[in-house]
Amino acid sequence: MATQPVGFFTDTTLCIGCKACEVACKEWNGLPNNPLEFRGSYDNTGQLDHANWRHVRFVEQAGTSQDKPIAWSMMSDVCKHCANASCLEVCPTDAIVRTEFDTVFIQQDVCNGCRDCISACPYGVIGFNSNTGTAQKCTFCYDRLQNHLKPACATACPTQSIKFGPLDEMRQTAAARLDTLHQQGVSQARIYGDKEYGGLHALFLLTDKPEAYKLPSTESAVLPSRNNIPGYLTATVTAVVAAVAGLIAFRRRGEAQP
Amino acid sequence: MPGEHFVVPPHWEWYILLYFFLAGISGGAFVIGTMLRLWGSPADAAASRLAFIVSFPLLLLCPILLTIDLGQPTRFWHMLVDVGSGTPVFKAYSPMSLGVWGLTLFGLFSFVMFLAAVGEGGYLRWRVLAGAGRLMGSALGKVFMVIGAIFGFFVAAYTGVLLAVSNQPVWSDTWTLGGLFLASGLSGAVATILLFSRGRRDAAVTDGKLMEADRYFIILELVLIALFLITLGGVVSKVLGGGWIILWLVVLIGTLVPLIAEWRPTMRRQLPPVVVPVLVLVGVLALRAVIIFSAQA
Ligand code: SF4
Ligand code: SF4
Repeated sequence: MATQPVGFFTDTTLCIGCKACEVACKEWNGLPNNPLEFRGSYDNTGQLDHANWRHVRFVEQAGTSQDKPIAWSMMSDVCKHCANASCLEVCPTDAIVRTEFDTVFIQQDVCNGCRDCISACPYGVIGFNSNTGTAQKCTFCYDRLQNHLKPACATACPTQSIKFGPLDEMRQTAAARLDTLHQQGVSQARIYGDKEYGGLHALFLLTDKPEAYKLPSTESAVLPSRNNIPGYLTATVTAVVAAVAGLIAFRRRGEAQP
Repeated sequence: MPGEHFVVPPHWEWYILLYFFLAGISGGAFVIGTMLRLWGSPADAAASRLAFIVSFPLLLLCPILLTIDLGQPTRFWHMLVDVGSGTPVFKAYSPMSLGVWGLTLFGLFSFVMFLAAVGEGGYLRWRVLAGAGRLMGSALGKVFMVIGAIFGFFVAAYTGVLLAVSNQPVWSDTWTLGGLFLASGLSGAVATILLFSRGRRDAAVTDGKLMEADRYFIILELVLIALFLITLGGVVSKVLGGGWIILWLVVLIGTLVPLIAEWRPTMRRQLPPVVVPVLVLVGVLALRAVIIFSAQA
């Protein structure tokens, strides 16, 4: 495969919650098992973090009838490999880089574990591995891409809920699927990721508002750097006022010059 | 109105809290030392020296705290030098990157002024220090101090901007943190100088002026606290709810009691002299603690 921008398209209407993607990801990337604990849900993974680079989110909602008291939506969540990536923006060591496939990758030999990227990622994707002392997340199977292989999760997905391919192709596939669903009367279907952060490399087809899947709305999907100018401006105004206060308090009052 | 957040916390905890506290006081002390030197009388020279002497050792603790907080402490230098190319890493829009450089350069100014203050005060009678001491009174020395004070302002303030340049609830929902940390850092610096000037007659003559300045800094801090809470909108419950209100009470005691005591000498004389500066310092620490911890809870 030529080194062109790649993408995932995750169609939540096809996901059956089997977690084959999670297992394939853990196997390929050698990620540790999760501790066995009861979470009161079929979602026993909980969240994306240093050891979970795919997470099948189980969205439980009130059903539409007595026969169906609960409605399930499943979404296999992953790092979005944002075009304008918050994590990459703040990383002070340049450990986070954009690869030749336009994906976002954390170089484990450069990261020093400052965790600034964790505070920046709006999707709660990155986790801190206390064994390695570094930040970790989905690599988009960088090693597989370099060897012309599909990422492990997309390879394992039995329903093709996770599709992988050149980003442009994924956008077209997503748009076509949205059209089909709209024609079938699924009016609430929508694409997430075509506008957010300059376009995500992981597109999602959702059947509810993004917040239901714990994704920030398009309006809330903002970069950390938005707060640089207001922050420094307030600090500068405070410094000027403090300097005037100092001048008033410390000025000589009829005392001799030094 | 801030949007909904779906983030995980970076677990910046005690080391970072202590770092933010010390950076505020160290930067603030340098600024106060400079202002006393520029605008004060000859009698204020001792307090100014004390400010510079306090600033540097506190600053020395900062990189230690920052380094031990890292997951890979031996890679601290990766923030300064690109591992691959060997060139400096500098990202102006990343406050952590800017802050590391700011801290390094401020360290240089703080160290030189520390030596100059020790030399001028004659605390160590080394010839090289006497030379550095003469720097304090010269025009060149004043230019040096002013540039250093700009870095001092930066070091005291940028930690607030660092929190804001994120996507965390509370921190990223307000533009006030840089100013707020600066104002409280200056107040904490005055308190520290007042504590060290006890029993030193030469420096204590400036206590009145320092307390007057502290009143202004506390008022500035209270205005910024109000703006901070207002700008949070609906997220405000995250910082005021639960047990956090106790820390806010400590912040209030650490600002209002010193403000009144520094205004009313009759009240101040009824309190043991260390009470007011200690209350200020506890308040400065509590303010940072409530902002750092409540957002990550
Ligand atoms: S989803 Fe988070 S970790 Fe992934 S690229 Fe975007 S900001 Fe970075
Ligand atoms: S934890 Fe590592 S990858 Fe994340 S910002 Fe710090 S140095 Fe960069």
